[in-house]
Amino acid sequence: MSRIYLSHNNIISSYGFNSSSAVEKIKNEISSLKLVEEENLMPKPFYSSMVDKRDLVEEFKSLKTKKEFTALEQMMILSLSKVIVASNSVITNRSGLIVSTTKGNIDALELDSPFKEEKAYLSELGKAIKNFFGFSMEPLVLSNACVSGVLATSVAKRLINQDLFDDVFIVSGDLVTKFILSGFNSFQAMSTEPCKPFSKSRTGINIGEVIASILVTKASANLAEEAVEILGDGTANDANHISGPSRTGEGLVRSVNSALKEADILPSDIDYISAHGTATIFNDEMEAIAFNRLKMSKIPLNSLKGYFGHTLGASGLLETIVGMHSVHQNMLFASLGFDEIGVSKPLNIIKKATKKNLNIFLKTASGFGGCNTAAIFKKV
Amino acid sequence: MNSKTFIKSYCHIKNNAVSLNGTLLYHGEKEEFFSDFIKSAYKNLDTNYAKFFKMDNLSKLAFLGADVLLKHENVQPEKQENIALVFSNNASSLDTDRKYQESIEDKESFYPSPAVFVYTLPNICMGEISIKHKLYSENSFFIFEDFNPEYLHAYSSGLMEENKAEKVLCGWVNIDKEDYTAFLYLVTKEEGSISHTIKEINSRF
Repeated sequence: MSRIYLSHNNIISSYGFNSSSAVEKIKNEISSLKLVEEENLMPKPFYSSMVDKRDLVEEFKSLKTKKEFTALEQMMILSLSKVIVASNSVITNRSGLIVSTTKGNIDALELDSPFKEEKAYLSELGKAIKNFFGFSMEPLVLSNACVSGVLATSVAKRLINQDLFDDVFIVSGDLVTKFILSGFNSFQAMSTEPCKPFSKSRTGINIGEVIASILVTKASANLAEEAVEILGDGTANDANHISGPSRTGEGLVRSVNSALKEADILPSDIDYISAHGTATIFNDEMEAIAFNRLKMSKIPLNSLKGYFGHTLGASGLLETIVGMHSVHQNMLFASLGFDEIGVSKPLNIIKKATKKNLNIFLKTASGFGGCNTAAIFKKV
Repeated sequence: MNSKTFIKSYCHIKNNAVSLNGTLLYHGEKEEFFSDFIKSAYKNLDTNYAKFFKMDNLSKLAFLGADVLLKHENVQPEKQENIALVFSNNASSLDTDRKYQESIEDKESFYPSPAVFVYTLPNICMGEISIKHKLYSENSFFIFEDFNPEYLHAYSSGLMEENKAEKVLCGWVNIDKEDYTAFLYLVTKEEGSISHTIKEINSRF
């Protein structure tokens, strides 16, 4: 099997329309979460981070298309087009497309949606993106709850190893919708303030909106300067509960062990952990237990949810991309919102942006359905 | 790295009938609604798992198909076998999404339920199967326009070659209004009569 790299990337967020605009703000510990008062989304004000749709309209004009797209499609197309341009790629029959999303155009189900109900089918979302860029193979839409964004990199790797493709483009994202907000609120999982992962005073999640895209390739030429190699990955189910995190962190432990085994490295070889850290009581506790079982409690760790909130289908890829920039810049980014440790096991939470030589990092995610995914990346 | 793999068993649930390796196990009434059919199939197939009744339609469909196949293969929870789940469909969780959307559509009747919301993700059905059969394994859920044996074949072959899984339970579980189909098959390294090829998968779909 050949070496496989994560290379050119893009983040569309309320920070701006590229990865560097987000990374610069993270480096300076500036959150994009703010109080949103939009009654059509949620009856009471909530903290979130959303892409400015007027800016989106302006940015999207640069693509000079007359076709009509939903806001999500516009953001996904825009994000992917920036990756294709930056990598100087030509789409051929050896180019694959993965769309990572939990709910896609779910707002098309709303009675007053200007779009037809068919838009709510995830395959329609995939098709809109495929047709815009002229991919020849059917897109693979991955919908595996909150691990989708990380799992997408594993899937890309596997399809390249199976010789289906030379390059795979991943685009990931979910909208902040009434559907999602009311659902997480019904679980009483939403915080009324900016989220505080792993903190004693944490009160739950914020939902945010980000589109993240990346090129996964086996070509070692023309890589982005922040490119990383995938050393190993693993997914494991808790086999315990469909909505509650495991009390023992079983699935997360197994997924990390699977990734370590494939990477053929020891826990002590990992310089940095980009955790899931949603800031719910049970998730953060589960992660602390798992990382202690894995003997990783001393490795510097952060959650990036304090910058963007939980961005669902994008989160795993978004946080992987920020991790790539972190190791490239040899700088650990602060786990924003953290004050005092609020989990029962010790963790080495990064309190402020710190210069450090970084080489290998671990990205993890956990989600509904009991799924956990881990991936290990090494600086090129 | 082309170690040969085989399709050990396969299961269909469609047209109000359940079959295993092409042999009919149970058929319901022709005009029966899915919700009635799947309940009577559950009873007739000695499923014996009370949590079944709280599941949404997609999970019931996927769960019953997997249960029939894994029991036939004598998969025992205490063995914690490394069987990956690689499922796909067209309608994702739209069957439950529509139901949930109705519960939040207007201000006067705004009753979002966490018990419904949790099923608005297609991979939840794999969680249900993992809990019952104690599968701490790889799982991924793909959405395609139509059944896509090429991707399923490549992905499950990859999982086995990379030693991520001993076996893979693979297939298509789709429900969209009253239209439903489940086709699941178990890929193993154990020598058998059906080779794990795209052609063989397609001919059984």
